[in-house]
Amino acid sequence: MKLVVLNEGLSKLSVLGIYAAMLLYAAAFVILAIHLSRAATDYKSGAVRSTRLETLGTWFTVAALAAHGLGVMGRAVAAQRVPWANMYEFSITGTFVVVLIFLVSQFVRKEVRYIGTFVTGFVVLILGIATNVYYVEVKTLMPALNNYWLLIHVTVAILATAFFNIAAALSITYLFKTAKWLIEPKGKIAETRWFKLLQRVLSRFPEENVLERTSYRFNIIGFILWSFTLIAGAIWAERAWHRYWGWDTKEVWTFIIWTIYAGYLHANATRGWTGKRSAWLVVVGFSAIVFNFTIVNLYFKGLHVYSGL
Amino acid sequence: MATSRHSKKTAALETGTTKTGRPEDHVSSETEPNQPILGFTGWLRWTWRQVTSMRTALFLLLLLAAAAIPGSIFPQRSADPNGVTTYFQQNPTSAPVMDKFQLFDVYSSSWFSAIYILLFISLIGCVVPRIGVHARALRNPPAATPRNLERMPAFTSVEAGDSERKTVLSRAQTLLKSGGYRVVADAESVAAERGYWRETGNLIFHIALVGVLISVGVGGAYSYSGQRVLVEGDTFVNNLAGYDSFNPGIAFNEAQLTPFSATLEDFAVQYDLLNKTNIGTPLDFRAKVSVRQQGQKTSSQQVIRVNEPVEVPGSKIYLTGNGYAPVITIHDGDGNIAFSGPVVYLPQDANMTSLGVIKVPDAKPSQFGILSFFYPTVATLKTGALTSFTPEALDPVITMNIYKGNLGLDSGIPSNVFSLAVHGLDQLTGGKTGVKSIELRPGETANLPKGMGTVTFDELRRYAALDIDYNPGQGFVLVFALLALLGLIMSLVIPRRRVWVKLSDSGYQIGALARGDDPQLERVVAELALALEPSDPVVAADTEKDKR
Repeated sequence: MKLVVLNEGLSKLSVLGIYAAMLLYAAAFVILAIHLSRAATDYKSGAVRSTRLETLGTWFTVAALAAHGLGVMGRAVAAQRVPWANMYEFSITGTFVVVLIFLVSQFVRKEVRYIGTFVTGFVVLILGIATNVYYVEVKTLMPALNNYWLLIHVTVAILATAFFNIAAALSITYLFKTAKWLIEPKGKIAETRWFKLLQRVLSRFPEENVLERTSYRFNIIGFILWSFTLIAGAIWAERAWHRYWGWDTKEVWTFIIWTIYAGYLHANATRGWTGKRSAWLVVVGFSAIVFNFTIVNLYFKGLHVYSGL
Repeated sequence: MATSRHSKKTAALETGTTKTGRPEDHVSSETEPNQPILGFTGWLRWTWRQVTSMRTALFLLLLLAAAAIPGSIFPQRSADPNGVTTYFQQNPTSAPVMDKFQLFDVYSSSWFSAIYILLFISLIGCVVPRIGVHARALRNPPAATPRNLERMPAFTSVEAGDSERKTVLSRAQTLLKSGGYRVVADAESVAAERGYWRETGNLIFHIALVGVLISVGVGGAYSYSGQRVLVEGDTFVNNLAGYDSFNPGIAFNEAQLTPFSATLEDFAVQYDLLNKTNIGTPLDFRAKVSVRQQGQKTSSQQVIRVNEPVEVPGSKIYLTGNGYAPVITIHDGDGNIAFSGPVVYLPQDANMTSLGVIKVPDAKPSQFGILSFFYPTVATLKTGALTSFTPEALDPVITMNIYKGNLGLDSGIPSNVFSLAVHGLDQLTGGKTGVKSIELRPGETANLPKGMGTVTFDELRRYAALDIDYNPGQGFVLVFALLALLGLIMSLVIPRRRVWVKLSDSGYQIGALARGDDPQLERVVAELALALEPSDPVVAADTEKDKR
């Protein structure tokens, strides 16, 4: 087998790209947050100015994505393989896809842009954890991972996670919008400035049913992709681990997540379970995804040991 | 026509869903009719309705998800038998209690099985009647036009003159038919429906899941999985005695083992010794085997790699582990060979520092055991302890501690070949004895203490841990899983919708209703309205003017 020469210099450079992206995302986050509060305060006069702010925030996100893309590509070239073989790489590539899907879907459904604050904030957080906690030097693939299924299985898993992520943001917004303590506040809390601001910010978001429906659409795409991830994983497991399914911890959690989202789809067809309850299921489902990626990867014993930590 | 031709009535609902804005897919069996007195059959029917309701399915799905969690927290006998043993040693009081609740066999436990069996009963009970309903829907014409189209989630009313009203229904019929709708018309209206594949896909998905379950069960019953550690040069013969461990399914029959033999000719492992951050990372494992089937004189040469199992008659051989097997010869105090052959050393770390155990019960004058470490590339730590620098055997060294005494092999109690119970034995080298451990490089011989004989490290070989597996169900599982995926996609992305065009006093109305989520519903109505506009240029120009 040909020996791969790893490019450590380029790998270090690619981390700079990620840091630059973090700065730009953080700026986009601040701008979009100001936009939200301004839009809420000056309902009419501020409308134009706040739209400009929103555009600016979007452009910052685009610039951040470009730097982010360079960081991911640099890592891939340095390692001469796909950039998702350990948790650091999965984090930077996964968040890249989240932002990409977020920006693209704005053209299709413009109500998605309201969650820009959430998306940029979330990405800064994940990238911060990735560079500080998950970072490992560039390495070659272990033989079990060195297979074309790495391309198929993990690409689809990243895409599924990205769709679930955006859906979760929409459902959380939905839960805020429909929260009783926000709509009919009791006591002194209603008089505070920040509370009124929060109420006004929320009033700028799309209608509840639009949020719910859009979340549903992102979730069904996520669910189809997740089902494919599960099947592709089983095909690969048959070759790499001599059985297609063996209740390895990661397999267990893939199954749990699939089952929760299957429950969510049924909830949407069950009277009394639509709306808030199904939105909570989305939150539970996405929490399971985050748990699967963090706690299960780092602390549970299993065959998917690729954190590199 | 002074105002716009199109008057929208559906301000709140942008797209096609019900009034609540939610997809109302599937057959919801939530309606519970008033049943004042329930007889025995009434109760049965009531129970059945509960079991097959969507709410129950939802509850069981969430319960199944929750029930799967403990299996990822506690070690499972199926995936990690050693972990279970360790757990029992570390928690001697709680482990047996947990075992009573089958917490170490979660996925074959009675409670886990009960949940998924109930879920599948619920699924079958829900799906079977729907097949009949769907078959009737496919045969029957679309539902008749409702009286009040205004109530539909997507609705448009168009003003039109008599000449236009005369032709609009036939034009609508043609348009909808070419759009893939099934259409039925009467004098006043046209009713159309499309997207029957949505329900077909949903049924395929659920039925395919039953197929997956059956394939998993039947395939598992006839499957087997056997493990064998093979040192370079050794031959494996495919019968029960040839395996180190063997896990058959409940319906397995020994006759299923096709007679063949496999010899490990050579096992090459490549490590990265080039990249600084990567030193010692394995890059490739290649186990060269020659496989010979019964009755054949020639054997075929094949290479097993990770991710690339080799197919042999009736099963596949997978490469699942590797390690070093130094060949060791021991002459006892009388000069007779008391032990000779390769010893499988178990890797303890990433640099393949490995632990080996040798038991020499036939040595004279006294039997003894050896606890031994192997270092592929030996290095000395500041503390004086040895360590391995890389997993590649660049400077291999063996160290040995000798334990003299009764090994207890004659007691009839089975003992683990990979461990030595040193309690009650007399340690002669290493540790606190003051005598230095025996250190050997390949080709070297050392004297054992107290005239017990000599030990020789003849040569270094590698061993491969192989897994020989057979599962007749997995092909079916894959086919049903892909079928389920196909059905799932169909049931989620194909829109099922009904469209009606109905004459009104001053023109005509268009209404549409979707079953389930349909992002295009509004657009469909708008586009149909546009397409139904007369092609007469004068009228069209008029319309255009009106719009401004």
